[in-house]
Amino acid sequence: MTGGEDRQATALPSDLNARELARWSWRQLTSMRTALVLLLLLALASIPGSVIPQEDVDSLAVSTWRDDHPRLAPIWDRLDLFSVYSSPWFSAIYILLMISLVGCIIPRLFVYWRALRAQPPRAPRHLSRLPEHTSYVTDEAPDVVLRRAAELLRTKRYRVAPLGDDDAVAAERGHLREAGNLLFHLAVIVVLVGVATGSLFGYKGGVIMLNGEQYGFSNNLTQYDDFAPGSLFDPSVMEPFSFSITDFDVDWMTDGRRAGQARKFVAHLDYETVPGAETQDYDLRVNHPLAIGGTEVFLIGHGYAPIITIRDGDGEIAQSGPAVFLPINPQTFESFGVVKAPDASPTQIGLEGTFYPTFAMGQDDDGNLALPSSIWGDALDPLVSLNVYTGDVGLDDGTSASVYVLDKSEATQLENDEGRPFRMDLRPGDTVTLPDGLGSVTFEGLERWNKIQISRTPGKLVALAGVSLALLGLLGSLFIRPRRLWVRARRRDDGTTLVEVARLDRSSGGDPEDGMAELAELVEALTKTKEKP
Amino acid sequence: MNDAQWETLSNQGVAAAGVVYFLALLAYAVQWAALRDVPVKQVVAADGSPVVDVPDERLAHRTEMAGRLGLLLTGIGALAHFVALLGRGMAADPNRVPWGNMYEFTLSGTFFVALIFLVTNRRWRLSWLGPIVVGFVLVVMLANVLWLYEPVAPLTEALESYWLVIHVVSAVIATGAFTLGAFTSFLYLLKARSTKDKGYLARLPELPALDRISYRMHAFGFPVWTFGVLISGPIWAHQAWSSYWNWDPKEVWAFITWVIYAAYLHARATAGWRGRNAAVLALVGAATLWFNFIGINFFSTTSQHSYAEDASVERSVVLRLAGPVESAQEVRVVVRPDHPRP
Repeated sequence: MTGGEDRQATALPSDLNARELARWSWRQLTSMRTALVLLLLLALASIPGSVIPQEDVDSLAVSTWRDDHPRLAPIWDRLDLFSVYSSPWFSAIYILLMISLVGCIIPRLFVYWRALRAQPPRAPRHLSRLPEHTSYVTDEAPDVVLRRAAELLRTKRYRVAPLGDDDAVAAERGHLREAGNLLFHLAVIVVLVGVATGSLFGYKGGVIMLNGEQYGFSNNLTQYDDFAPGSLFDPSVMEPFSFSITDFDVDWMTDGRRAGQARKFVAHLDYETVPGAETQDYDLRVNHPLAIGGTEVFLIGHGYAPIITIRDGDGEIAQSGPAVFLPINPQTFESFGVVKAPDASPTQIGLEGTFYPTFAMGQDDDGNLALPSSIWGDALDPLVSLNVYTGDVGLDDGTSASVYVLDKSEATQLENDEGRPFRMDLRPGDTVTLPDGLGSVTFEGLERWNKIQISRTPGKLVALAGVSLALLGLLGSLFIRPRRLWVRARRRDDGTTLVEVARLDRSSGGDPEDGMAELAELVEALTKTKEKP
Repeated sequence: MNDAQWETLSNQGVAAAGVVYFLALLAYAVQWAALRDVPVKQVVAADGSPVVDVPDERLAHRTEMAGRLGLLLTGIGALAHFVALLGRGMAADPNRVPWGNMYEFTLSGTFFVALIFLVTNRRWRLSWLGPIVVGFVLVVMLANVLWLYEPVAPLTEALESYWLVIHVVSAVIATGAFTLGAFTSFLYLLKARSTKDKGYLARLPELPALDRISYRMHAFGFPVWTFGVLISGPIWAHQAWSSYWNWDPKEVWAFITWVIYAAYLHARATAGWRGRNAAVLALVGAATLWFNFIGINFFSTTSQHSYAEDASVERSVVLRLAGPVESAQEVRVVVRPDHPRP
């Protein structure tokens, strides 16, 4: 509440009844000082969320932190420090701030309404006591000067009180400052409503989509890999669109200072807004989401999916298809993934390993070629290196399991004749026969995938409108100068007229030097018009 | 000119700006050193600014010339500074705005500090702020060249958006204005404690004038900051990351800065908070601002605004997945028996 009257906190009344107490508390809460303290508290309360990992931002960092600090974690949990921005204490601060704001704004709306309809206040008795004042002497009659002053002030967009029997003109301008001030504070509430709508009714979800027309996505809950709905989210609002990624382009820079990095990611999408509608295409790029109704589709990431076929001991195909490998290194796209064949006989087979888009052996400290790595993100010389697990690799008991993690608790790692882990390195087209008649593994080829984020944020335009209005109001409340101006003309005993001009700047950041300049200008104009016939 | 020549020009511009700013600092040093033993006479002009009333005419002439020279050199330095920025933008292929990494943010931030000073200097009679501005710009530029220098490189994909132009430039301009406001508030606090009748502090404008100048700087910076971090930032975040507010550490600190400057503006309208307390708030605001600018980029590993290292830029561009376990958990693909996934 920049500018305007200051509602002061008052001392606690000594004889308290319930009504007095309520009244006193309300005054305290809506006082300017309380608003200030709440603002500072809000800033302070935001800090932990930027230091401690947050559940909504990075849930993995939270679980790592929990593992690293087993004793602190329960305390942090009790204090809601892993979800600061939705915690009761954080909410308490901003709800109190909002109440304080409303409590401050509503009475001021009435005050403003009255001020708008009121006439500029009459001139104080001693204009020369105001900090900004000047005067001059003229031969003209007082009422001539006053009429001219009123006229002049009107052209300068002052609101001028009708000339009565008073010996002075009273004028006022800059009411929009308080309007801007009120607008700013009301707009803050609009922003909050918009944000709340989005977080209550919206959702955000992600899906990893293999490239190819055969891998489609249709917008319903079961199709998402991760899904974060608002607490009042209703699945029936989900728009029934569907899409597939027909192709994905990426440009690997081979020279220049960013050589090795990729750019120009384009996922070519075929989509239908409703089932059976005409198929449209869209080039989905970073910073260029696809909007379908109120839902937006974003390109977030990409990676490789080696097509791996596992044949079991009977020569039957136990598992075949692209397996999504997730990048470990965002530059070289060295990726990690697992393949599971729970139906293989004689035993279940699980593969776990690393995919190298451009395979190379790095040197260790002794100069031996020992470190397999990827030197390039593009798939120039792809190789997948896998370890084999047998026994129970999961999926039998019907419990949920991540397709990106191999549950090794009941599985045994396959070893070679020397008793070391059996490892196979496959290039596209290679087949390796597993020992002990378990079957074989073939690296058929490579597919790509994209991480697609889909979100629906109702109220985002409300929030945007709110914050834009707040900015507009802010500009008004900062740069419009409310001021009152009085011109008094009095006939003196010697027959001349003394004209006094004074000004009162009513903005908290007022600039007196401007005031003197304005007064000088006004006096000049008043005396100049006289010379003209 | 080809890209390499532009880049050379940019580096030469930085060097030239550094040298000229240094000369400007020397000129200001001459000005203020000559005045250090002359007691300030309490002469106040009609507009409230103190009049430099120096009894010795030759001394008065010399200090005035030194001051003017300092200002002129500051202007020339800012021109070279601008050429350096222009060169950075032209050297990139394709050409772009020169604010794509820490080195360039700092280069443009310091440029706007100098520019805002030069633009407001006459209007608000800020000649006394000259030595501080030039000293600050010089030191920050030096540190920038020493520790943050990066050769010109194309923008990463995520930064290729016209919102980069709008969002970053507004944040940088607001940072410049807030920085100048912080200097003034700092001088306010120093002068409020000082009882000397000669020297730099005594020659500063009176406390209410300092307070007012600080307020004007903040009143200019605050709406620009609001636009930068609460309007253009969220719009871009929505386009790039799918939600307009992510509680990213950089966003959190930009919000904290906003709240503190809001409190500063509030404080000036609240009895008992004007003057000294407001000045302290302004300095706290500047501390959060600069911590956000530098600290978050270097110390936060999770911020998607970490432009301090290449890898993290890339992380924000390519994928928010890193590390096998991490990815596995982040993606959290769950397979149920009735729901086969690839």
